[in-house]
Amino acid sequence: MYQTKYHKAASFDDAVAALGAAEDGKYLAGGQTLLATMKQRLAAPTDLVDLRGIDGMVGISVDGDSVTIGAATTHAEVASNAALRAVIPVLCDLAVLIGDPAVRHMGTIGGSLANNDPAADYPAAVLGLNGTVITNQREIPADEYFEGLFTTALDEGEIIKAVRFPKPRRAAYQKFPNPASRFALVGVLVADTGDGPRVAVTGAGSDGVFRAEALEEALAGGFSAASLEGASVDSDGLMGDIHATPEYRAHLIGVLARRGVAAAG
Amino acid sequence: MTKVSMKVNGKAVSRDVPDNTLLVDFLREQLRLTGTHVGCDTTQCGACVVHVNGKSIKSCTQLAVSLAGAEVTTIEGIANGADLHPMQVAFNDHHGLQCGFCTPGMIMTGIDMVNRYQAQGRELTEEAIRFELEGNICRCTGYHNIVKAIDAAAQQMSGMAKAAE
Ligand SMILES: Cc1cc2nc3c(=O)[nH]c(=O)nc-3n(C[C@H](O)[C@H](O)[C@H](O)COP(=O)(O)OP(=O)(O)OC[C@H]3O[C@@H](n4cnc5c(N)ncnc54)[C@H](O)[C@@H]3O)c2cc1C
Ligand code: FES
Ligand code: FES
Repeated sequence: MYQTKYHKAASFDDAVAALGAAEDGKYLAGGQTLLATMKQRLAAPTDLVDLRGIDGMVGISVDGDSVTIGAATTHAEVASNAALRAVIPVLCDLAVLIGDPAVRHMGTIGGSLANNDPAADYPAAVLGLNGTVITNQREIPADEYFEGLFTTALDEGEIIKAVRFPKPRRAAYQKFPNPASRFALVGVLVADTGDGPRVAVTGAGSDGVFRAEALEEALAGGFSAASLEGASVDSDGLMGDIHATPEYRAHLIGVLARRGVAAAG
Repeated sequence: MTKVSMKVNGKAVSRDVPDNTLLVDFLREQLRLTGTHVGCDTTQCGACVVHVNGKSIKSCTQLAVSLAGAEVTTIEGIANGADLHPMQVAFNDHHGLQCGFCTPGMIMTGIDMVNRYQAQGRELTEEAIRFELEGNICRCTGYHNIVKAIDAAAQQMSGMAKAAE
């Protein structure tokens, strides 16, 4: 890893100032993506600004039918939080499938969403549950947040403070892990929400996470696996690599969506 | 250089290190605690697992400077004098290692999973042990005896927890 200068930010203003003063700085949260990339010398920021010490960045609060998760809350905390499980259990079920126990003890929801890896799990949760990304500047609805591979609506220096999720009527996440990396080869989150069904797919899109509109339309006729019989996803625009062809990914999306709807009950 | 102070295996330590020093290098190079191993470049193998403030983490993927004030426990810090930790005894009894390279990480991960499941009142089944070992790779054993060792240690540790109540 190349040399770097570490800063521990005490406040959002402090963090923005430290990043602004740096030649080529980056924010740091759990480091489970950024430090791993720096070790490979694929990233070489001159400065790291640690966000984890800022007040209010960690924690889960339930307010009626909505849940707000601080950006520096770890995957392990999300997976095991009883108050969250009582309202939106699918978030706990999804978080426990990320990486391994040690990665979950460090990795954070904000880091995962800022990074927007096309095979990451949280993007499917935010898009599928119609969450809102809350930053130090504004609130960004899920449908406007994800812009492409490793690309989001965040501006230079903008910090994710928290993510807010409305409670769905029911929802489930089904992940088909890549047998080697355990990232999602395909992951599908299905949700029956007050505004109709939503189906978000990660791991498969050439432009990152996306909503499977054909499946959402089929589910509008009734939130059941039977509604999905005969509905399919076009393989155009899906990723193909040594692990899976676009056609295979398209097939898996259908299978996982049906399993998800059945699991959501 | 930044002065980094933390508690390692119950002892206060302090060293001036470059900011890019990984916790594992702080432990191995500065403190000469070479029981914590480095098996990969990709945060995947788990040979480097230690506990920070009671939780298992991969010490190859955390900066020492970010852990100022933390309490760190390594494989050197779990035995009670000459009495090995029940997890160490179980790896010995059940032949849970061959070359031993992955073993420190396996043992630290094993202790962490037993503690977490006990604290949450969940049963650590064989399936759960295998799920929890996701981030620890062993090139030698084929895992069966590691799973058996963790299972045996879990029984032992729950007996001890009950006796202490
Ligand atoms: C072995 C392994 C397996 C993994 N498996 C999975 C998996 O199965 N599924 C999955 O989804 N992920 C997986 N991950 C990735 C993991 O979830 C990371 O924790 C996550 O992607 C990044 O979170 P972090 O807190 O570690 O962020 P960091 O690595 O610290 O930062 C990542 C990026 O986000 C930026 N950033 C961080 N926080 C903020 C913020 N609040 N506001 C703005 N920018 C911010 C940083 O500048 C950086 O660019 C795995 C990682 C490893 C090492
Ligand atoms: S050395 Fe840390 S995970 Fe391999
Ligand atoms: S005993 Fe050799 S790597 Fe596990």
